[in-house]
Amino acid sequence: MRTSIVDAPIDASALMAEVARQSNGATVLFVGTVRDVNDGRPVSGMEYTAYRSMAEREMADIVREAAGQFGTSDIVVEHRVGALELGDASVVIAVAHPHRGAAYDASRYVIEQLKQRVPIWKLESYVDGRREWVHAGSGTRELERGAEATT
Amino acid sequence: MTVTVLLFASYADSLGSHSMRFDMPLGATVADVLGRVRALPGAERLPSEPLTAVNERYSRGTRVLEPGDEVAIIPPVAGG
Repeated sequence: MRTSIVDAPIDASALMAEVARQSNGATVLFVGTVRDVNDGRPVSGMEYTAYRSMAEREMADIVREAAGQFGTSDIVVEHRVGALELGDASVVIAVAHPHRGAAYDASRYVIEQLKQRVPIWKLESYVDGRREWVHAGSGTRELERGAEATT
Repeated sequence: MTVTVLLFASYADSLGSHSMRFDMPLGATVADVLGRVRALPGAERLPSEPLTAVNERYSRGTRVLEPGDEVAIIPPVAGG
């Protein structure tokens, strides 16, 4: 297991190699990329920022949870921050498992939890020159419930 | 006691700062610190109950703070 916030482009094939093991029969690679349209508005680029220490901590928690639930420790996640161009990979998740079902499930778990919990934000630049913070707005209730459980 | 407050993304833009320090009485809670932040110009753009974290863990407003704690006010996250 490994998680990291990185500043440089992510090498997806290196992450796949990192989870490779002869006992694994399936490898799932998820690559999140910067899309050219959001809510119907043409996008020209994206700047990601993070509460870096907490983001790394949350990502590590998520991967530990996935490892426990789906039975594999062959999970590597990198999330990039800084200025990204269209098509650049913002997040890459590599999961390997003896069987494909659990590999897909673990990959899905990691990306969905990451989007709800990890303190990362994006400032979207539009073709018309405006810039706005993206407020996905989801996950608030889950996070509050989580906080309640730990205090 | 001194408490550090961290601001990010749209909240940092609203308040014009990424970090600030407050001298709080012993026994102060996250909500008390939020109250101090709310007195600052630009804070009217914060939601009524923003998400908060203490020392890198999500926390509720009732959490009692210790000297040196780091309180983060977390805008809706948008990673991925």
